[in-house]
Amino acid sequence: MRTVLRLSTGVLAVAALTACGSSSSDSGAGGATAASGSPGKIAVAASDTACEVPVTEVTAGTTTFTITNGGSKVTEFYVLAAGDRIMAEVENIVPGLTRELIAELPAGTYETACKPGMVGKGIRNPLKVTGEHKPLTADAQLAAAVTGYKRYIKTQSDTLLVKTQEFVDAVKAGKIDEAKALYPVARTYWERIEPVAEIFGDLDPAIDAREADLAEGEKWTGFHRIEKDLWIHKDVSEDGPIADKLIADVKTIVGKANAAELTPLNLANGAKELLDEVATGKITGEEDIWSHTDLWDFAANLEGSKAAVQSLRPVLEERAPDLVKTLDEKFAAAEAALEAHRKGDGWQLHDELSKAQLKTLSDAINALGEPISKIAPVVAK
Amino acid sequence: MSDPSGNGRRMSRRSLFGLGAAGAAVAGAGAVGARSLLDEPPVAHAASTSAPYPFYGEHQAGIVTPAQDRLHFVAFDVTTGDRAELIDLLQEWTAAAARLTQGKEAGSFGAVGGDPAAAPDDTGEALGLPASGLTLTVGFGPSLFDKRFGLADRRPAALADLPKFPGEQLVPEISGGDLCVQACAHDPQVAVHAIRNLARIGFGKVSVRWSQLGFGRTSSTSRAQATPRNLMGFKDGTNNLKLEDAALLREQLWADAGDGAAWMTGGTYLVTRKIRMTIETWDRTSLTEQEQIFGRDKGEGAPLGAKREFDPLDFAAKGPDGQPHIASNAHIRLAHPSSHGNAHLLRRGYNFVDGSDGLGRLDAGLFFIAYQRDPRKQFVPVQMRLAREDPLNEYIKHVSSGLFACPPGVRDASDYWGRTLFEP
Repeated sequence: MRTVLRLSTGVLAVAALTACGSSSSDSGAGGATAASGSPGKIAVAASDTACEVPVTEVTAGTTTFTITNGGSKVTEFYVLAAGDRIMAEVENIVPGLTRELIAELPAGTYETACKPGMVGKGIRNPLKVTGEHKPLTADAQLAAAVTGYKRYIKTQSDTLLVKTQEFVDAVKAGKIDEAKALYPVARTYWERIEPVAEIFGDLDPAIDAREADLAEGEKWTGFHRIEKDLWIHKDVSEDGPIADKLIADVKTIVGKANAAELTPLNLANGAKELLDEVATGKITGEEDIWSHTDLWDFAANLEGSKAAVQSLRPVLEERAPDLVKTLDEKFAAAEAALEAHRKGDGWQLHDELSKAQLKTLSDAINALGEPISKIAPVVAK
Repeated sequence: MSDPSGNGRRMSRRSLFGLGAAGAAVAGAGAVGARSLLDEPPVAHAASTSAPYPFYGEHQAGIVTPAQDRLHFVAFDVTTGDRAELIDLLQEWTAAAARLTQGKEAGSFGAVGGDPAAAPDDTGEALGLPASGLTLTVGFGPSLFDKRFGLADRRPAALADLPKFPGEQLVPEISGGDLCVQACAHDPQVAVHAIRNLARIGFGKVSVRWSQLGFGRTSSTSRAQATPRNLMGFKDGTNNLKLEDAALLREQLWADAGDGAAWMTGGTYLVTRKIRMTIETWDRTSLTEQEQIFGRDKGEGAPLGAKREFDPLDFAAKGPDGQPHIASNAHIRLAHPSSHGNAHLLRRGYNFVDGSDGLGRLDAGLFFIAYQRDPRKQFVPVQMRLAREDPLNEYIKHVSSGLFACPPGVRDASDYWGRTLFEP
């Protein structure tokens, strides 16, 4: 948890929900539809080992994908521009389900990716988008960066709601093992976008306060309260009201986060703050002191930071190409350092890492943090 | 080395340097003449960084004394259960402190003047060094007032345990303590020498619980001093309570007979907090954001919207955007006396870097020290507000805490630290 979001450019206004560049929806209640037969839609067959996209080229404008998960793991589908800038994504496609993704793609070279198990770089395919290439003005580029990042907030927060609901349901049903498995997964979606959530003062502590964050007599709610009951007390029979409040608070904050008006500078600072989070909370194991699932949060902070940076990529490529190169290198190095601790579809526990291994991770984050701190002045130019 | 004066009086180890005569020879001749100079009562403002401060007085030195550059702070657990032994120790310490602060050796034989078959009664590393403005200040922790020494009913109400503050992650091994000694000096070797010798005197009666070195003062406690900077690079202590604020010191610093514990008259209460800074993430923060967090500009130290460091704070002033120049949660606003019913603190903290943390980062921060008349009305409300609202909390973590009642000063050679507590 962070006490408060600091903004370098005044106070954020909360505006009406703006249109998003992409949207996704579950298919009808009947389950998987014959997506491949739908006119104008690209049917993607995803499995645990494959990601079959029937085309390699589309025309600029709106493209609709229907992704069917024929595998046994939950998967995700992305359309990525250079540097893994997320142009469109759909999360949490559970086995057997078909979901639709509408992507607004300008002419250019992209990749599609399925991520079975929601981990790693995913299974990639090239995708060329043809048509007239209209270069954007600087202002338009910045506006597009914000729109792109808001799209990311939308997909992350949608999935946050789904996963938190599953977590809350498991807690209320007393299914301790299931709840423990869902805990780091639900938090992943929270940790990716936390700087936006932090704008809304007291909701962040209600959802994410650690026990140490409280003063005497303060009521403790949220993820970490349930974490302690799951891992230490091994009893969540009293946690019904806490769980209900958690999902209610998450719903509120998701609504607010999606309505928040952001500036390009917020993106740059958000990327920096997410790495600060890694440095102060996750490297040290202070975030998840009972579950030791800090590396899930670590990965999510890193992914969220990258998403914010990559939203700004076109602007950065124009104004500071050397910085983009450095960022790519350092992100790759940090990801590789973290990847060494992959365990199945998740991560090693914090207390399984030696001090030397933690130092390697810390060094990678410091190496990345410095170039990330150089983004804000480039954006503010 | 034998006593060159041959009259049984020891040479002052620092007499030749006592007036700042750098480069003078240390040993041998000249001891007697220098001694007579040294015996003149030192002035309240030391003339140089090498000169001594008076040890005896109504209040202990090291509180309103203009903050020296270096710190060695130590907290002890009392290991003896015998009240008389504890009093003996305080008397021994007082005698040693009276010597050490005047640039003399810890014991009457000194580092090299005793029986060669015996271990010297001074450890010797300060031989040849001047007094360096050394002050030694003692305090009694809440745990001293348990059942062991019959002091339970003597515990001042103002020495109430601090509440738990949001976000603090205190490490018990470096928190608390039955007794503390603050050694401040302009030379780190002199401060360490003093603590080392007091700890040595105390073996068998007390045991060092934790200790902390500080290398740069972060507050000025006199208007004659320039405001120094903390490790975040900002001037710290601009609006500190200072030596010259006589009326405020009476009101805000010194305990009074009417406060509830008569033995504390002329004493004061000390709170220490070791505050770890994550300086690496701080250093990546934009200048604008750093300044907004503090509410001051980094170069001059002026309040945002003002020009000079000591310009009056105007919390109502707004910029062209209609927002206050000094943000509603800026550090200086949250900590300001006007936010706490005019509660002041006399701060005299020090920067520290305790090596590195094993994760490729400096183990750095601020060892916060604040003196006050009643922590319940001063430190506690200020810190509670900061702990809840200060955006600086993203970059800092309180890892140790100490609370001590510092008794009044030692009046003369027949007096000792804590006499008013033990001899009602």
